[in-house]
Amino acid sequence: MLYTFIALVENKPGVLNRVASLFRRRNFNIESLAVGRTEKADISRMTVVVDCPNGDLDAHKIEANLYKLVNVIDVQDVTHQPSVTRDLALIKVMVGPEKRAEVNSLAEIFRARIVDVAVDSVIVEITGTEDKIEGMIELLRPTGIVEMVRTGQVSMTRGVNDGVRRVQQGAVGNRYENEYEDMAEMAP
Amino acid sequence: MKKTGAEIMWECVVREGVEVVFGYPGGANMPIYDAMLSYPIHHVLVRHEQGGAHMADGYARASGKVGMAMGTSGPGATNLVTGIATAMMDSVPVVFITGQVAAHLIGGDAFQEVDVTGITLPITKHNYLVTRADQIAEVVREAFYIARSGRPGPVLIDICKNAQVEQCEFIYPETVKLPGYQPVAHAPKDSLEHAVKLIEKAQRPIILCGHGVLASKAEEILMNFAVKTQTPVASTLLGLGAFPASHSLSLGMMGMHGEVHTNMAIQNSDLILAFGMRFDDRVTGTLKTYAPRAKKIHIEIDPSEVHKNVAVDVPLVGDLKTVLTDLVPMVDEYDHDEWLKEISDWKAEADTRSIMNWPDDDKLYVPHLIADIWKATGGGAIMTTDVGQHQMWTAQYYALDKPNRWLTSGGAGTMGFGLPSAIGAWFAAKDQEIWAIAGDGGFQMTAAELTTAVQENANVKVAIMNNSFLGMVRQWQEFFFEKRYSAVNMLSPDFVKLAEAHGVPARRVTKREEVDEAIAWARSITGPTVIEFRVEQEDAVYPMVPAGAALDHMIQRPLK
Repeated sequence: MLYTFIALVENKPGVLNRVASLFRRRNFNIESLAVGRTEKADISRMTVVVDCPNGDLDAHKIEANLYKLVNVIDVQDVTHQPSVTRDLALIKVMVGPEKRAEVNSLAEIFRARIVDVAVDSVIVEITGTEDKIEGMIELLRPTGIVEMVRTGQVSMTRGVNDGVRRVQQGAVGNRYENEYEDMAEMAP
Repeated sequence: MKKTGAEIMWECVVREGVEVVFGYPGGANMPIYDAMLSYPIHHVLVRHEQGGAHMADGYARASGKVGMAMGTSGPGATNLVTGIATAMMDSVPVVFITGQVAAHLIGGDAFQEVDVTGITLPITKHNYLVTRADQIAEVVREAFYIARSGRPGPVLIDICKNAQVEQCEFIYPETVKLPGYQPVAHAPKDSLEHAVKLIEKAQRPIILCGHGVLASKAEEILMNFAVKTQTPVASTLLGLGAFPASHSLSLGMMGMHGEVHTNMAIQNSDLILAFGMRFDDRVTGTLKTYAPRAKKIHIEIDPSEVHKNVAVDVPLVGDLKTVLTDLVPMVDEYDHDEWLKEISDWKAEADTRSIMNWPDDDKLYVPHLIADIWKATGGGAIMTTDVGQHQMWTAQYYALDKPNRWLTSGGAGTMGFGLPSAIGAWFAAKDQEIWAIAGDGGFQMTAAELTTAVQENANVKVAIMNNSFLGMVRQWQEFFFEKRYSAVNMLSPDFVKLAEAHGVPARRVTKREEVDEAIAWARSITGPTVIEFRVEQEDAVYPMVPAGAALDHMIQRPLK
């Protein structure tokens, strides 16, 4: 089954490569990975969707392995938490003036938008859950999709709830402000 | 005060307590080598960077401190790779510093440019590419901290040539800021209580002691725990020495070439206490039938090792010494006399097959030679090995009572490790006797370091167990490939002449009666020596659990 993880990482060169390389060498199958900045300038946020055939056991492995990376600050599993999940797709559809209205009304139903119109094509922008986007794609397919791009899923838990953290971390005070001089300081 | 990047690097390295560095200069690290002359650093010029990496590794294992090795860019750095992977697999703290082409040339396929941080990404605990001088102080400080803390491991710093020569203000960072690096020390109380309950119920408990005991310096508290609960202690290959072999609760080595009674005990136990070990396939045999009736408690600092190969009942993630110190007062005293008796009966039965009982047949057998070296050295030498039959025999027959004397490439299984790691260990323990046990194959992989030993007058005793075969591969071909020997016949140079050409006194031993005298001769010389033992060609390491078999399905030594 697909699991969704949110990882906070240091915003440094090569961190995405470290994460991607880890998933490759531990043989985890990435379904989608979206990275972007956060409200803190030095922290980036990743939403990673991974296939976990062995369920929670795999999820533990993924969390624990991510923590092996020095630049990974926090990992949560939000799969089973109430959360808002979005994916954005741009879909270019081959359509002349005669069928434009049809595509337009379809877009309206899905709360999608036509963001570009050319003589023989339009670009539809749709935001929503995976399911919704898949539904829209299926309906547009007979009309003729010529190009498509998706951002990959981003997720955020509702309210003040966090996701599940399976791996205990030896945080000293504030997770983001750890400074150490030696091992002795790490004891809580 | 302004300093060059190279000077800043040495300022920080010296503050980390580094006194000896193993390395090789080249175009891209010349400013580092130039600045080095102004600092109290003893530099060991190696003959190949792999040797340098193993020396730093051996130094770290023998001293418990962070080792340091250097190479230049491109091939200098790629030659380090095997040594880095070796340190990674065995969790050895080593900082590697490589030169890199100037930052503005990166990505342009410049002369001797290789993407070293890319190559070493999966085989380092962490690595850095430094493009500016003002990054160096922080990076070096972080690198040493990361290498030695938590689960130790190698860290590589790739420093661009421009960063080595540029000047900037030097401010030593008193602390390091690593928001994502949070090794855990203590395990949660409820997990400890759960563990105590399992220990209380156990009738047939066994401790599996791994390299983590040594890394965490938990030998003493392990002894307290074992004695208090009367639990026998089996060891992984890398855990040897953490618990005294001569202790009545010691079971010796487990796994593929482990003791029969030890593997039997694991398979028949009702509680496994895994201390700082990772259930490698070489110690478990097939997982399907591994310790089927045992509950499992796993004390481990790296959370990714928990449930990795073996799902456990109580994971205690934390520093082993800290967790055991918390745990020992919580457990009661027990005795397990019946269980210990059962194990010693298995041992007595297995001992009837021991090669030690064989009558002298005028051939040299490695187990006998290792036992002879053990006798001569009082069992107290630092032993390093290559990889293969001689490695397993040394593990079996050089019974260690003290920690940090057993230097072998366990996880990576790197041939050529023996001689260079012995040289490295000598820098950490000049007052101790050091023996490098090598095979004829592995020795030839890093034999060039003999000159390094001569140049440094490193007091290491090399024993080459020459069977004119790649012995372990030959053994597998004999057992599992119907004795179809493929590419295992090994022609070697005249090792005595080879050693002498390097300026190393050497001898060849072909008869049993020459052994003691040759060992005494080597020990009487201060400086490197080589003894070549011409040993029985087709002996095999017993017992052996075939790969993928159950741990208690061992091939035992045929009765003679």
